[in-house]
Amino acid sequence: MSLTLQDIGRIANLARLELSTEQSERMRDQLNGFFDIVEQMKAVDTTGVEPLAHPTAVMEDVALRLRPDVASEPDRREANQRSAPAVERGLFLVPKVIE
Amino acid sequence: MSSPKLTSLLVQGYEVVIGFETHTQLATQSKIFSRAPTAFGAEPNTQACAVDLALPGTLPVMNREAVACAIRFGLSVGSHVAERSVFARKNYFYPDLPKGYQISQYEIPVVQGGSVSFFLGDEKKTVRLVRAHLEEDAGKSLHEDFIGQSGIDLNRAGTPLLEIVTEPDIRSSAEAVAYAKELHKIVTWIGICDGNMQEGSFRCDANVSVRKPGQPLGTRREIKNLNSFRFMQQAIDYEIRWQIEEIEDGRAIEQATVLFNPDTGETRAMRTKEDAADYRYFPDPDLPPLVIAPEWVESTRAQMTELPRAMAARFVQDYGLPEYDATTLTQSKAMAAYFEAVAQASGQAKLASNWIMGEMSRRLNAGEMAVEQAPLTTAQLATMLARIADGTISNNAAKQVFDALWQGEGGDVDAIIESRGLKQMNDSGALEKIIDEVIAANPDNVAQFKAGKDKAFNALVGQVMKASKGKANPQQATDLLRARLG
Amino acid sequence: MKPIHEQGVAELAQAIAEGQTSSVEAAQHLLERAKQHQHLGAWLAFDEDATLAQAKAADARIAAGERTPLLGVPMAHKDIFVTRDFPTTAGSKMLEGYRSPFDATVVSRLAQAGAVTLGKLNCDEFAMGGSNQNSAYGPARNPWHTDHVPGGSSGGTAVAVAARLLPAATGTDTGGSIRQPASFCGVTGIKPTYGRCSRYGMVAFASSLDQAGPMARSAADCATLLTAMAGPDIDRDSTSLDHPAEDYARLLGQPWQAGASTAQPLKGLRIGLPQEFFGDGVAADVIAPVRAALAELEKLGATLVDVSLPRTELAIPVYYIIAPAEASSNLSRFDGVKFGHRAARYDDLLDMYKKSRSEGFGPEVQRRIMIGTYVLSHGYYDAYYLKAQQIRRLIAQDFQQAFAQCDVIAGPAAPTVAWKIGEKADDPVANYLADIFTLPGSLAGLPGMSVPAGFGAGGLPVGLQLLGNYLKEAELLQVAHAFQQATDWHTQSPEGF
Repeated sequence: MSLTLQDIGRIANLARLELSTEQSERMRDQLNGFFDIVEQMKAVDTTGVEPLAHPTAVMEDVALRLRPDVASEPDRREANQRSAPAVERGLFLVPKVIE
Repeated sequence: MSSPKLTSLLVQGYEVVIGFETHTQLATQSKIFSRAPTAFGAEPNTQACAVDLALPGTLPVMNREAVACAIRFGLSVGSHVAERSVFARKNYFYPDLPKGYQISQYEIPVVQGGSVSFFLGDEKKTVRLVRAHLEEDAGKSLHEDFIGQSGIDLNRAGTPLLEIVTEPDIRSSAEAVAYAKELHKIVTWIGICDGNMQEGSFRCDANVSVRKPGQPLGTRREIKNLNSFRFMQQAIDYEIRWQIEEIEDGRAIEQATVLFNPDTGETRAMRTKEDAADYRYFPDPDLPPLVIAPEWVESTRAQMTELPRAMAARFVQDYGLPEYDATTLTQSKAMAAYFEAVAQASGQAKLASNWIMGEMSRRLNAGEMAVEQAPLTTAQLATMLARIADGTISNNAAKQVFDALWQGEGGDVDAIIESRGLKQMNDSGALEKIIDEVIAANPDNVAQFKAGKDKAFNALVGQVMKASKGKANPQQATDLLRARLG
Repeated sequence: MKPIHEQGVAELAQAIAEGQTSSVEAAQHLLERAKQHQHLGAWLAFDEDATLAQAKAADARIAAGERTPLLGVPMAHKDIFVTRDFPTTAGSKMLEGYRSPFDATVVSRLAQAGAVTLGKLNCDEFAMGGSNQNSAYGPARNPWHTDHVPGGSSGGTAVAVAARLLPAATGTDTGGSIRQPASFCGVTGIKPTYGRCSRYGMVAFASSLDQAGPMARSAADCATLLTAMAGPDIDRDSTSLDHPAEDYARLLGQPWQAGASTAQPLKGLRIGLPQEFFGDGVAADVIAPVRAALAELEKLGATLVDVSLPRTELAIPVYYIIAPAEASSNLSRFDGVKFGHRAARYDDLLDMYKKSRSEGFGPEVQRRIMIGTYVLSHGYYDAYYLKAQQIRRLIAQDFQQAFAQCDVIAGPAAPTVAWKIGEKADDPVANYLADIFTLPGSLAGLPGMSVPAGFGAGGLPVGLQLLGNYLKEAELLQVAHAFQQATDWHTQSPEGF
């Protein structure tokens, strides 16, 4: 398995990153270098092994905690928007969204 | 459950295949993963807290009530409530999606299977459910009054949704609307959704395709955000015609997401996100699996109120109502409760059904009122019906009583009957006296009747009624008159 | 009284409590010292007014008769923790000038315990790296040899503690980001069991791995800080462990077993040595001090047993699939809409996203976003992410087998001492390989420490890594403390500091 410049372009677009040709080439080489060490995973027999999503599940059962349905957050719009790039009348502004 | 047989009418030789995805906003106080309020219509971003805005360092914490709503729904449509379900991240970039991913359920949803049954005319239909899963709503993009820009309001972001997904079991736009109405009735009936379609509390997406009978499923187009039953039917009908024309003209249908424009009555394809297909789902590491103990499901089951279908069946069973009446009366909890109170108090179920579905519904609709707002109590209506039944008043007289009560006039039904002199004359002595006078006063009619003219007889009855100022019991009058004239 | 900067947490707390100095005085002294040593690149933000306000408040609490182990003690936070009083950048241009409207849970807990915040500390961008060279605000320098890296990602923290700029500070550890810089800079650091410290207010890197922990000059000081930092955060973090808060200092100075002699406090302790941690991969100048430290522990009564962690090498691909996958999703919120960097010029929405993110994220962050996006993408999920999560379980099970034969696991924290700044800079894979000894414990969610154990080539520090089973932080600290009672590696400071 080896990633092509086309793959890099597709992934970058999915990730909303803009890479120059030269950046894409370096990215391709570095990722392919990484996936060489990933190859060894193939040899591991994982049939019937349950994926470990939450590490402490090894120690005890993990289950989602549920909180009471209480609306206790006050309106903190001003503080929450303090670091926003563009705000008008309390709305975040972005380039026109075309549906 | 096996697929319902396709008794559906073909459209220009095509079979219509429709599946539904309904986004139901759950009626909780706070968001699904934050403590911000869910109330509709607040100032932009005043109900979007740090978690809803995905500020760095924030994490989700699950709302118990949203889970309770999912359990209630699952039980109401005969689904399996999963003892273990998993929240996943659906990754895509969109300005109304603050985290760049939506927390939803993917591989293992909380509600699995089930079905929704309803009547289309007098044909019973059943639509199978694939699943219902919990997820968070997105914010809103406002396109108006920002030159070349959109404004993002994230108040709605994080509102709990139950997305209810059907099998492609629906075969016509009418059936689709009937399904949607039944589902709407269920979610409002069990109180997990306010059902307000204008505010987007109940949003339907219809996956529509057509095929020649026996052929494999055609390519489907998804009509998004159908939030009125009327538009729903229009949109689906238009989409069906459009697809058939395309195929007839030799063009292949391409999978697409379309929007319905109520003004033009047409659907149009949305600008497709080129990578929309690749959502990179994976289990959300911020949220352990949702575990629902059987005890929780059972205690919920024990507290469940009777569902509309079951109640309708009971009305047929216990009160001998026709299926149509039973279904109509169970459109809303309040209506059903009103009926049952009147039926029990009066012992006149069918009469109660007729009056509630007839006179009362007419007036409620005219006044755009809910049953709860009806000015006459179940006790009053029950007494009035009892008076009709025991012959105290005629149906016509009852209409006057009903009107009086509706106008909020005097509490006591009998008092109204009394004060307006609406009692039927049931004492035959007085009636015979009137009949004698009428016969004496109308020799010609009597002669004509004896000559065999039935019309003349009716004229005489009319005279009797007139002379009794309408209080005579028409049947009694007829009988006595015949007896007199031999 | 020793100069303020030479005092550890316990000493300084006592001096302040006894009125030999005040919190304000201590804060001013350390702020002064911080400015003198700006060249080390440890700091990303100060706010003298905010700091002194906190110090005054602490002095008031003392005047009111309050006494807590941290009251008035100046410290600082890795810039991964969001803070109301200081900007938070996560070492990234993406968050330049960002102000959080709330404090991280760990930050507010330390504040409640009376700690005073001096500022924010440098780190690799979004905690991605092991050298602090990935910070958008320049590298931090190893005070033992300023041409060398301090390790990372909690590099600024390690530097500040090693250079005696602070008695202690917070760090975070996702794949070794506390243990490795602690090892490189000769300080003591502990990463608790996953879920012990709330992640609320930590700028997320890899959600199923991130853990906060203290770095200080002794195990005893770490215990004091961890006691204040850790504990359930039921309201804010769904992955926070629901185990009651502990006094992590409770076992310090206690014998491992009742009735052990004072000469051999660790009698009965079984220390497991994974053969995979002592192979050719480890530099000789690292192995030597580690072996010496183990000999010292034997003298204290511990017995050494050979164990095996057969999938140690696999931890590298497994970690570098899982962590970037989670990171690629966690970093999607940085889109230039609600906060953070937005490009000055763009054609449309898509262009705004791409330019803002490409300008805001550094090369290593972009690499990991690319890896993570790819391994989660359609058709690759099972082969990479799912497979990695399966092997992750096998790795965790290997530890449980090892812990059947021993109480703690010991080995080097890193295969080499700190390398030269600039070295490996353009070789991501070489950097990944250097994490081999810290990754397995992180994947399993186990608690781990690095304890100063001597020096390697060029007089650069070497750390002994101690790994314990779930929730065994107090035992780890007990062992580390016993070791530090018998050795003075942890008390040594770099020349000129």
